Amino acid sequence: MSTTQVLLDAAGIRRTIDRLAADIARSVPAGASLGVIGIRSRGDVLAARLIEALKRHGHANVAHGALDITLYRDDLAHKGPDAILKKTEIDFDIEDRYIILVDDVLYTGRSVRAALNALADLGRAIAVRLAVLVDRPGRELPIQADFVGIRVDDVKETVNVLLRETDGQDRVDLS
Amino acid sequence: MSQTLPGLAHAPTGHEKTPPSPPTTTWRRRHLLGLEDLSAEELLHIFQTAESFKEVSTRSIKKVPALRGKVVVNLFFEDSTRTRNSFTLAAQRLSADVLEFAAAGSSVSKGETLLDTVRNIEAMGIDFLVVRHSAGGAPHYLARKVRSCVINAGDGQHEHPTQGLIDIFTIRELKGRIEGLHVAIVGDIAHSRVARSNIWGLTKLGARVTVVGPTTLVPRMMATMGCDVSHDLDEVLPHADVINMLRIQNERITSRVFPSTEEYVRLFGLTRERMRRARPDVLVMHPGPVNRGIELAADVADGPNSSILRQVTNGLAIRMAVLFLVNQATAIDG
Repeated sequence: MSTTQVLLDAAGIRRTIDRLAADIARSVPAGASLGVIGIRSRGDVLAARLIEALKRHGHANVAHGALDITLYRDDLAHKGPDAILKKTEIDFDIEDRYIILVDDVLYTGRSVRAALNALADLGRAIAVRLAVLVDRPGRELPIQADFVGIRVDDVKETVNVLLRETDGQDRVDLS
Repeated sequence: MSQTLPGLAHAPTGHEKTPPSPPTTTWRRRHLLGLEDLSAEELLHIFQTAESFKEVSTRSIKKVPALRGKVVVNLFFEDSTRTRNSFTLAAQRLSADVLEFAAAGSSVSKGETLLDTVRNIEAMGIDFLVVRHSAGGAPHYLARKVRSCVINAGDGQHEHPTQGLIDIFTIRELKGRIEGLHVAIVGDIAHSRVARSNIWGLTKLGARVTVVGPTTLVPRMMATMGCDVSHDLDEVLPHADVINMLRIQNERITSRVFPSTEEYVRLFGLTRERMRRARPDVLVMHPGPVNRGIELAADVADGPNSSILRQVTNGLAIRMAVLFLVNQATAIDG
């Protein structure tokens, strides 16, 4: 039987997001407009929370977007009817903006690859940086995060991110 | 009139109902042949997918890679401008390649059968057949014989499912719901595949549908499809949330279905004068092409209640959704 270990509780997630916001705030080029875009669905929830936290770190007017990567996935053909298309909602121009792309877990890197292609179809951002709550080993593409909440080193462990908005509670589990 | 007129459910050659699908919110059909067989959940699933696709058309790069490397064939045995263009553009926005096939001037005119024509096209390696044919049931017949995904783009007087989906999607978008709405469909109901697809879809989603027109074009037995029948537009108009005006086909004006164009306009044409009887927020629809001054006055077609161009815009999103969903369903059988 596998054992489940709580990696972050609600307070831990709050602190981690606040630290990510502080790191991101320091990295924004002077005068650049900031846009935070989350990969649906949990990345989108985290993006909203990051934007709240960024207010405490001197960035009050940050644009919020949600990106659905279904149409750009490289496993679309294998997913079949399980591929449920959701809305991409980015109601600002990403041209000339400093974009923070947000996801819950960085694992194979394939979701991020799809997200980068989707973003490129929306315009040419000044720069795109990647922020993730959890970084776990298992990359299948040369993609790394710029801002990491918490790092898991064990290759065999599976990460489960639960968020209040999507799962009813805030918790990150290892199992 | 034949006994099978209303739904034409049993009229099309080779039309067989697909077995009822298990209750599911996902889409598992490799073909879209009509709205008669779809559940309310399946209709809503298409709408939800189409809502997401609307965003793609607002971008400066109006293209997504979902159907890259796939080939869509527009196989039209009847005239079409809007539907054909809409399918072409929808396929291109999904990165599919499109082959246009026009029956006129093709080997069909040399006597080739429908199935031989299609098998020859299929041999070139295609994935989707968008079929319009004058025979009701032609797409159903092909769906049983070929490998490709078949999408019905209008079969005889039977169904025009994507147009039905567009109309219902547009109503839902502008009225916020379907359930409880009263929709009047006016015109040549007996011969209209658009009317049939609308009636099936709307009634499944809980709308009340009244079909309106002269007795020669709206037989009483249409009521067996689950709608009300009226021959008096002025009586229905004040109670309708939506009026869907169908094109009066010019070729029928010369026949004996109604005495004169003038009389049709006087009794069933939607004029500004007549619009005063309607609710201020009534939605005026038309699947096109409009005969201005016949079923629809020009100032009503261009007026504030008209959703005609919105229907055309939504057509792209609906057709992208349908192509995407039937393609995803092909993954089931590997």
